[in-house]
Amino acid sequence: MSLNINLNKAISEKVTTDKIYDLLIIGGGPAGLNAALYAKRKGLEVGIISKDLGGQVMDTSSVENYLGFPSITGEGLMQNFKDHVNELKVPYIEYVDVKEIKDNEFKEIVTDDSKIYKSKAIILATGSKPRKLGVPGEIEFSNKGVCYCAICDGPLFADEEVIVAGGGNSAVEAALDLSKIAAKVTLVHRSSFRADKILIDQLLKKENVEIKLATDILEIVGEKFMTGIKARDKESSEEFMISAAGLFVEIGYLPNSEQFSSLLELNDKKEIVVDRHGKTNIDGIFAAGDVTDTPYKQIIMATGDGAKCALAVNDYLNTLK
Amino acid sequence: MKYLNEDVLKQLSEIFSAMTNDVNVALFTKEEPCETCEETKGFMTELVEASPKLKLVHYDINKDSELAEEYGVKMTPSLVLLDQENQYRRIKFNGIPSGHEINSFISSVIAVSGKGQKLPDEIKDRLSKIEKPVNIKVFVTLGCPHCPGAVEKAHLLALENENIVSDMIEAQTFYDLSEEYNVSSVPKIVVNDKFEFVGNQPFEVFLEEIEKAIV
Repeated sequence: MSLNINLNKAISEKVTTDKIYDLLIIGGGPAGLNAALYAKRKGLEVGIISKDLGGQVMDTSSVENYLGFPSITGEGLMQNFKDHVNELKVPYIEYVDVKEIKDNEFKEIVTDDSKIYKSKAIILATGSKPRKLGVPGEIEFSNKGVCYCAICDGPLFADEEVIVAGGGNSAVEAALDLSKIAAKVTLVHRSSFRADKILIDQLLKKENVEIKLATDILEIVGEKFMTGIKARDKESSEEFMISAAGLFVEIGYLPNSEQFSSLLELNDKKEIVVDRHGKTNIDGIFAAGDVTDTPYKQIIMATGDGAKCALAVNDYLNTLK
Repeated sequence: MKYLNEDVLKQLSEIFSAMTNDVNVALFTKEEPCETCEETKGFMTELVEASPKLKLVHYDINKDSELAEEYGVKMTPSLVLLDQENQYRRIKFNGIPSGHEINSFISSVIAVSGKGQKLPDEIKDRLSKIEKPVNIKVFVTLGCPHCPGAVEKAHLLALENENIVSDMIEAQTFYDLSEEYNVSSVPKIVVNDKFEFVGNQPFEVFLEEIEKAIV
């Protein structure tokens, strides 16, 4: 039972539809927040439109690779980011989805509550969402054992056996967190670890964690709820069952770019294609962070990307004058 | 102060300064073993200090059974938000609203005070056509960053339409109920015990399920 207070409300102005902004940023994760900070400091009329202020980092229990913070919760780091941006009183709106952007006289942002926001430039910092396994049973048992947020749903599996799919930092961190709650954790990954050695070493010390590398997940099985998975050892081709009440899928991310696909150039991974300055193929529309084709999705890179884009927007706006 | 430090209280005071009218918080506990009743009482006692417009009234679910029935309180601890005229506004928090859930608690307090987020016209129109009883349960965990958004939405719908009742339920405190409703991902939203979905979805999704539930 957590008695922490995760207070993240703050008083701030809201973004309005009756104004033409210099810059509207779509997304409130590290890239979006840092873009807002840089843009505001340049004196731009800037606002943030976001689904979830804080973004995906909020789902991370601990961040240990952000320079200056040896160990901090994902939420704590984002709180610092938000507080910093809030000091400059950047208006924002939260819990709205952007349905579409239009490139008219001004850039127009259409949200799911049927409002249209106008701006001279846009930075898309919509981030990414968890990738699915794509095996039989995943949809059927989704939310019936198959989960995509370990810190949200982990507490519901106290003293049960669970599986973590994946071999990157997110997967190993999820396995570490779950090992404190669940009776047993089995980490299953199709190849070798991609996680940082420092995390793997911690995982290897856990007595209730079993690790199965070079193992494919073939199917999720169960009746009303999942009861386990069918897996295959890639070397021996031997198939076997692992019984578990929960499966936490941590196998990477997919960009949140589908609503922009008619306007913007995407690559084969559906990432928005940007140049060195974060420009997309449309003048005045920039993109930063995990939604772009920039390699290595890391918090610090998304943050830097946001700053770069804001500066590029400032230059772009100067050319309009 | 045991639960809230001075910094948090100061922040809360600033946020609650947006309240228009008074809000009374009715806390229902019980004498028999109740896992989180004491800490909820302690937590809320400190929290209401943050605004002169907030008042905490303490009830016992058994001794004050008539009132508990009027507000539909079935478990403890349960918090019912009442407006300045002590009217029941059909929203409850079952289990301690700490962790992330403090955010939905704050928004709901501000909304009950008469200020806060306004619903889009399109949603209001659809809501005005709901004329049969609807109950919404939103199962949450306190470590879940997406959960307060779903609770806020469900509560706003209940505040807007007299036929809708909305309950936040903390899944770990009410483990048996969570089992009964097959909660294995949060936020899980259950409408009239029959229609359900998972996630902090847009208002449209809430309304679709509500509309299905009353056919």
